Amino acid sequence: MGTPGEGLGRCSHALIRGVPESLASGEGAGAGLPALDLAKAQREHGVLGGKLRQRLGLQLLELPPEESLPLGPLLGDTAVIQGDTALIARPWSPARRPEVDGVRQALQDLGLRIVEMGDENATLDGTDVLFTGREFFVGLSKWTNHRGAEIVADTFRDFAVSTVPVSGPCHLRSLCGMGGPRTVVAGSSDAAQKAVRAMAALTDHPYASLTLPDDAAADCLFLRPGLPGAPPFLLHRGGGDLPNSQEALQKLSDVTLVPVSCSELEKAGAGLSSLCLVLSTRPHS
Amino acid sequence: MTTEVGSASEVKKESDQLGADGTKEKPKEVAENQQNQSSDLEEEKDSQSSPSAKSQSSPRRQKRQKDPSESRGISRFIPPWLKKQKSYNLVAIKDGGDKKEPTPAVVEEQVLDKEESLPEEERQATGDAEEAAPRKQQVMNIDIEEEKPSVSSPEIQPAEEVRKEREEEKVKEIQEDKSEETAKRETKEVQTNELNVEKAVQKATKKTKSVECKVTLLDGTEYTCDLEKRAKGQVLFDKVCEHLNLLEKDYFGLSFQESPEQKNWLDPAKQIKRQLRNLPWLFTFNVKFYPPDPSQLTEDITRYFLCLQLRQDIASGRLPCSFVTHALLGSYTLQAELGDYDPEEHASHDLSDFQFAPSQTKELEEKVVELHKTHRGLSPAQADSQFLENAKRLSMYGVDLHHAKDSEGVDIKLGVCANGLLIYKDRLRINRFAWPKILKISYKRSNFYIKVRPAEQEQFESTIGFKLPNHRAAKRLWKVCVEHHTFYRLVSPEQPPKAKFLTLGSKFRYSGRTQAQTRQASTLIDRPAPHFERTSSKRASRILDGALVAVVDQSLMKDSSGPGELLAYGRGVVSTAIVQDGDGRRDIRSPTKAPHVHLIEGKRKGDHLFKDILSMTEKYQMASTRTVEEKKAQAADKKHAPESEGPCTGASDAVKSSHETLNVVEEKKQAEVGKDERVITEEMNGKELSPGSGPGDIRKVEPLTQKDSASLSSESSSSSESEEEEMGLYRPRNLLPEEEEEEEEEEVEEEPSQASQVVEREAAVPEASPGRHAGASVSAVETVTQEHVVAPKIPTEKSVHEGAFKQDVSEDTEDEQHKVNGEVSHVDIDVLPQIICCSEPPVVKTEMVTISDASQRTEISTKEVPIVQTETKTITYESPQIDGGAAGDSGTLLTAQTITSDSVSTTTTTHITKTIKGGISETRIEKRIVITGDTDIDHDQALAQAIREAREQHPDMSVTRVVVHKETELDEGEE
Repeated sequence: MGTPGEGLGRCSHALIRGVPESLASGEGAGAGLPALDLAKAQREHGVLGGKLRQRLGLQLLELPPEESLPLGPLLGDTAVIQGDTALIARPWSPARRPEVDGVRQALQDLGLRIVEMGDENATLDGTDVLFTGREFFVGLSKWTNHRGAEIVADTFRDFAVSTVPVSGPCHLRSLCGMGGPRTVVAGSSDAAQKAVRAMAALTDHPYASLTLPDDAAADCLFLRPGLPGAPPFLLHRGGGDLPNSQEALQKLSDVTLVPVSCSELEKAGAGLSSLCLVLSTRPHS
Repeated sequence: MTTEVGSASEVKKESDQLGADGTKEKPKEVAENQQNQSSDLEEEKDSQSSPSAKSQSSPRRQKRQKDPSESRGISRFIPPWLKKQKSYNLVAIKDGGDKKEPTPAVVEEQVLDKEESLPEEERQATGDAEEAAPRKQQVMNIDIEEEKPSVSSPEIQPAEEVRKEREEEKVKEIQEDKSEETAKRETKEVQTNELNVEKAVQKATKKTKSVECKVTLLDGTEYTCDLEKRAKGQVLFDKVCEHLNLLEKDYFGLSFQESPEQKNWLDPAKQIKRQLRNLPWLFTFNVKFYPPDPSQLTEDITRYFLCLQLRQDIASGRLPCSFVTHALLGSYTLQAELGDYDPEEHASHDLSDFQFAPSQTKELEEKVVELHKTHRGLSPAQADSQFLENAKRLSMYGVDLHHAKDSEGVDIKLGVCANGLLIYKDRLRINRFAWPKILKISYKRSNFYIKVRPAEQEQFESTIGFKLPNHRAAKRLWKVCVEHHTFYRLVSPEQPPKAKFLTLGSKFRYSGRTQAQTRQASTLIDRPAPHFERTSSKRASRILDGALVAVVDQSLMKDSSGPGELLAYGRGVVSTAIVQDGDGRRDIRSPTKAPHVHLIEGKRKGDHLFKDILSMTEKYQMASTRTVEEKKAQAADKKHAPESEGPCTGASDAVKSSHETLNVVEEKKQAEVGKDERVITEEMNGKELSPGSGPGDIRKVEPLTQKDSASLSSESSSSSESEEEEMGLYRPRNLLPEEEEEEEEEEVEEEPSQASQVVEREAAVPEASPGRHAGASVSAVETVTQEHVVAPKIPTEKSVHEGAFKQDVSEDTEDEQHKVNGEVSHVDIDVLPQIICCSEPPVVKTEMVTISDASQRTEISTKEVPIVQTETKTITYESPQIDGGAAGDSGTLLTAQTITSDSVSTTTTTHITKTIKGGISETRIEKRIVITGDTDIDHDQALAQAIREAREQHPDMSVTRVVVHKETELDEGEE
């Protein structure tokens, strides 16, 4: 289990999934997503993969895009990974449930213990789960219900799992994220602030909190690739996407900032937390 | 005592009915009460005698012994040895502070050779005033050893010495089995008092029944010992810890299974018998407070026991873990128990004998072995430490879960932990209330409430209610919360004094040391690491062998534990000692210092409180604190000392004679009294009080006697808040540094008072009055009561009141007043319809508290009317001015007016009297508020409210006296 918080961000691998053409048309997603520039989206996705591999030094696994799964690139919704355990989510949208299959297989191949939801009544989008290194928060949103959260608690028994009501059409992770082992970053919207307050009330651990002008900027990834003791990185939305939040992000002094852009993918509801899954194949080393 | 239960339950029924049907029931209840009384007659006698024994010197005791009835009582409650012990104690007290030093040595010797040790003790004892023949002393010692359990059981010992000795004795006990026969034999040898002693012993033999206790230890073995039937929980707990060679014992406790689902903690401060009711004497030794950081524990042996507990918790599923964690913890277990991984050896071990998880798979076992291999080189202690380092991070580590329903009937679980209260729905944490956020904890019937500090943007405090399966579950939860809050959050145990003082009602407090204190105490542990064997979790068998280490360890133990104990549990005892002998305090090593510190604290707090008029609690505190201090400052020792000593004793005597109350109760009271007078610091109080529960709360209480009683006592509550009805309240205070003082909370656990109690009280009062008077006289209590708030839940009748009032006014003599008052109050009580329902325990506690507000020397007297099963506490606080006036004044009653308003549970009676004394006309308004609660009443609130109202209504007048009379059911029976 390591030192509390030390486990946060430990990773050796990153998993992404290519952008299918169907994403641009909005077919399949059905949710009335705006049309997006496919080429730009794919370019962004490619850059993201490159940063994960080259800048962060992670082993990158890229699942091939599937046209039948327009939202396939948002694989962050399909699983919750902590340590050696991957909980395969049950996305709220029935259309997205097939997405989990490829992810499951990939994670299994990486040696993770796979846990299935196994409950018809449970829904869980992976991006409604925030792991702080010490505990889990599960956003009860439009996509994730109580039963889904319960299964998270059942799966990761070592940790406290608290539920956080999320208002509005957002996943918890699109409102807040971890800027460090003891730092929660959050957007400045009411929904984000409300969620942060709820988390503050529920936690036994003191976290610092950093408020960013943009909610989307809070969807960042604190990553600690490589050997223990290696300097951590913060993968975040860059100045091209969210210029207003860059200054505030500079306050996170102990991390190396790695900006990336995904403004086009964002139109499909994507954020950094949904575009990649990171894991460590040797979580206890 | 057997009748208690029955009567209590009846009362409950009645009370319930009363809700609907008010006064009619009263006669019936009275009758019942009377019955109760009579049935408990014997016990009353006992109680009477017991106090005397304690406070008085041996000669007196002897006399008492001669008295047949008394001796009978004594034999019943207090075995002969106890008496002896007392004398012994006295000696010790006289010895003063130096005593402690010798003790350790003695202990050691004892361990080595009992015979030798005895002489040692003699030496000590002999040095003192009482001349005891060596032989006698021996006998005494022996007796003490044997009876220790009983000693503690009857009540909390007034003298600390007793405690210490007990500790010492315990050491011996383990090694030697003392049979009563032995005691007898030796007794015969005694030349002096032979007859008496013998008699006593025989009686003891006859009447003192010992019960076999079985305690399941953490390693699965069973520890068996015999306990005196009336022994308190502490006795057994100490024995067990002794057996385990455990010094850092504050994290642990004994539990008993009330039902398959319900586990209760044995309250160390209460008689085991009463807590068990009819359950078998079977206990389990468990971790009660999980140290948040086990690495801060001083001894490996402590960590070892914590590991054992956690292994149980894990195996039972109480502490959920992931697969990986199960494996990791399991691997440390193997490392600790089997040592380095050895392929050959391990082949012979069947891992399925170990239980690493609730449901263990082959996969898990393999993982365990795999990880075990990586731990090569770790010593058992290191492996345990690693185990704990990982276990402590588990989210459910140290969380005590209680099933409940929320306001919408949804099943949830309430988890009590070091940081506060957690609310779970299934496995999910859905809410959390950190201790700092909680203003008050209470329960009523089967509901449990927390009052929460308003959030940032909110203005109002909110109260959140949870429905527990039943009343007992609610109470259990409440207790656990109180204990956890106190242990983890406070520097020193809740000042029960405060709380009690303020609230008057609460009975329960955490009586042990807080984490801060136990850590402090742990730093004093200075013994070589005790040798103990880790037993494989699968094969429970020989575990600790204390014998090897016995000598050294025990002595050390004593050493270290001695102080600790004093602090933790001995306070009450101490106070008594103080009462008896001014220097008594010195006996305690550290204590001396402590008090001063405390005082300072008290002062500070007091001032603070003073400023805050709004909060009742604070006010109370302020008053009390101030009083004490002022007393000290002004009166210095002249008045105070005398008072304290004389009165206390007197009071205690009176108590003895008059009461038939439970010894326990009385003792507690005494302790309080002692404290109060001495102006013992909060901490001390807390400690003392806590154990005792009800009585302890009153901090500065003088022997009731004097003034108080008088009368009028009580006041309390206003009906305004819902809180009144709460059965149990707990307002934390005395927080660790971070906390704000505002948070002061007090715990009030009130048990519904019963009409019956009142009745009992009446009976008792007359008897008691004489003794008390004597005691009381010392203190000047002449204050006229301007405000009279009657706490008793029973509605008062006008006539009665008036009568009382007149008497009060006309007779300023303290003693008489007391009587009068007491009587009056009784009358009132009688008259009063019994609206009080007791849903609680069979024992009734009555407390009278009189608080007089003045700033100057205040005297708080506590009068406890001991009736069996009834506890009465009275605290009087009066302003000096009035005193003067009162003394000389035989005022004329010009007018009397009574206004009665009835709220659901409150009756307010106001008397306005004009008195002309010395040509100056004085108008006195006496306001009596009777709050009848069928459940809980927030006394603090009520009292605060009453005072506030009084001030508001009569801004030009001053509150000179507040008398709070509280009657509660004793809690003893419950848990």
